[in-house]
Amino acid sequence: MTSTEKRIGNAANFVDERLGAAGWVKKSLNKVFPDHWSFMLGEVCMYSFIILLLSGTFLTFWFDPSQRDVIYNGVYEPLKGLKMSAAYASTLDISFEVRGGLLMRQIHHWAANIFMAAIVAHLLRVFFTGAFRKPREFNWILGILLLTLGLVEGLFGYSLPDDLLSGTGLRITSAIIQAIPVVGTYISFFLFGGAFPGVGFIPRIFTLHILLIPGIFLAVITIHVMLVWYQKHTQFPGVGRTETNVVGHPILPVYMAKAGGFFFVVFGIIAFLSAVASINPIWLYGPYTPGQISAGSQPDWYMGWLDGLVRMAPPLETHAFGHTISWNILIPAVIVPGIVFTGMALYPFIESWITGDKREHHLLDRPRNVPNRTALGVMSITFVMVALINGGNDILATNFDLSINQIMWFSRVGIFVLPPLAFVITKRLCLSLQRADRELLLHGSETGRLLRLPHGEFVEVHAPISPEKAFILQSHEQPVALAIEEVDARGVRRPGAIKNKIQRRLSKAHAVSVPKVTEEEMKEIEHH
Amino acid sequence: MKRLSRYRRHKAAGPLLLIFALLAIGTTFSVASATVQQSQTVSSRTASIEEGKQIFLKGCSSCHGLNAEGGAIAPSLIGVGAASVDFQVGTGRMPMADMSTQAMRKKPVYNAEETAALAAYVASLAPGPAIPEESVLNYERDGHTAQGGELFRNNCAMCHNFAGQGGALTQGKYAPTLMGVEPKHIYEAMITGPQSMPVFSDKTITPAEKLSLIRWIKSAEAEPNLGGATMGRIGPVTEGLLAWILGIGLLIGIAVWLTTRAR
Repeated sequence: MTSTEKRIGNAANFVDERLGAAGWVKKSLNKVFPDHWSFMLGEVCMYSFIILLLSGTFLTFWFDPSQRDVIYNGVYEPLKGLKMSAAYASTLDISFEVRGGLLMRQIHHWAANIFMAAIVAHLLRVFFTGAFRKPREFNWILGILLLTLGLVEGLFGYSLPDDLLSGTGLRITSAIIQAIPVVGTYISFFLFGGAFPGVGFIPRIFTLHILLIPGIFLAVITIHVMLVWYQKHTQFPGVGRTETNVVGHPILPVYMAKAGGFFFVVFGIIAFLSAVASINPIWLYGPYTPGQISAGSQPDWYMGWLDGLVRMAPPLETHAFGHTISWNILIPAVIVPGIVFTGMALYPFIESWITGDKREHHLLDRPRNVPNRTALGVMSITFVMVALINGGNDILATNFDLSINQIMWFSRVGIFVLPPLAFVITKRLCLSLQRADRELLLHGSETGRLLRLPHGEFVEVHAPISPEKAFILQSHEQPVALAIEEVDARGVRRPGAIKNKIQRRLSKAHAVSVPKVTEEEMKEIEHH
Repeated sequence: MKRLSRYRRHKAAGPLLLIFALLAIGTTFSVASATVQQSQTVSSRTASIEEGKQIFLKGCSSCHGLNAEGGAIAPSLIGVGAASVDFQVGTGRMPMADMSTQAMRKKPVYNAEETAALAAYVASLAPGPAIPEESVLNYERDGHTAQGGELFRNNCAMCHNFAGQGGALTQGKYAPTLMGVEPKHIYEAMITGPQSMPVFSDKTITPAEKLSLIRWIKSAEAEPNLGGATMGRIGPVTEGLLAWILGIGLLIGIAVWLTTRAR
């Protein structure tokens, strides 16, 4: 043993004797992580969060979270001498006078956009592959919580500079809060410390944005990742992969090297974007005053669908007992997102109720093999996309020579028509893909070689697929419809008959699939 | 050719072909539809009213009437003033190319003298706003940028966007971009209120304030992109698009590369 090894050994021993960490470290380092590109989306979220923490800390050094009036006397000529809030003036100073300040601001903002985009991409991966199933339902809910927190954190973040666009966003936020019946006006009063815009809001959301929400974020992300650690990562089906093992690389050295490298890739791409592409040029917007607004005032992309829903809502209001209920805001901005997020959080339980499947799942589904879930996912994406398109209706109208009214009517109709259409089409596509899989198993893959038979017929030569691929195509379970009778053995209607009926219907729809290739069929094919 | 055709079944052949096809179409389109931005200085020579009338009868009267009294498809021009004519004809909006939504800025049909003659003829019909003198338009001397910005956000940004990039109005109408518009035309637009735009009289916005506005617009036009590519200065829509396409797109690409290489 060399002296270096001895020294390291002594140091490790020192720590182990006091913390007893050796066993844990050994176990952890032998942890295996499966390899698939889509498993790295969650990492993108985590890395961009770290970048957000670092760049955000930098920004707090110079940002002055105050709505105190100041006269701008900085270097940006077109705003010189104007009255504005200290928050806005200090953001201008960060952009123009702090060394590297503008780059940091842009890194912070681009990282936020990518953070949210990565969360959505990660969520879609988890949804479409069924990774949320037992025992991972809690982690799914934590993920939805992180998404919701991200929306709020983002909104607060781009509201802080107190420029014209951020003030416009806050105006809409206050309107949405006020639209909540009975308590809305009070909540708005408490939040803004009086009537909009007040002078208390920027300091308040600053505290929430840099202290409370990131704190909750850190805690939830930690639990989220620890649960993945504890419950182990899911894996795609394949030869040698079962519900009781994980096939992949151990944490050290391969996985650690990849993950560590990937952090710098994420950082690099965000820094690159921030260096070449402008984001939220607040100096162009000017300071916020409630009397002003700009054409094309949009929120950041992750709020865009909510904005789009509000934009397409017809002007519906009810006046009763001296109160106004603004359905045009209440429905699109409170009720619909409420339903969407609650539905998302509860989905694992809803699906297990429909399928009656209470078993643990560590092997992922190929999306085509669960047509109903995949179709539901595409339907939801379509819903959000239609709303998102309407959120940018004025930008689309000017850039593509369209009429804003036509886009609005397209969205009003489309929001009801297109999602179900997407559901039907996706379900058919999934079933077709299942059929294609079956075809591939039975007849092999097309080689592109044409043969002319003696009697003149042309046939294409098919080559059998590899056993690994055949295994993947065959390994999935097929959903079976629940057998729920409306009446029991004695012919008496069971309690909760309507509930049973719904469950039976849904379960039946969920179980629609193309029959898998049976062993007999395989044997027959081999016989040929 | 033979060497190239070897790769026709290559994995990347399809996507590459698609990209080439898109590039080819895009290039052809951009070359074919390229138009030269107009910029003409009009001499302030007085033009003969009679000459203007002749041009009017040939080019405008079929819609606006033989005596500029208007008709079923075009408004009366009596009393609109020389400024209105100078704006509409000088920016190429009139004569209109098509009557669908609104007259758009294009290469002017008439040259400076003809435009001046037309303006003189229409101004002779009834009094109206006159073309501002060149000496009045010294915005760099008399305008104030920051004040102009404040006025712009108060009066113009709700249609023309915070950076003067233009915005959508109802039924396919739009507030055009203010980039590359001559100071004189901006001034005339304010005093005559073309199409959907309201009139900003000298009582609403004083001549000095109008010059401040022009100065701010010109400063926004000349301002370099301080934070990098702006993607149109139209706000978060294009930013979100870029975050998804370039940001997440690249990251997914690299994730795919990372997980396939090490196998």
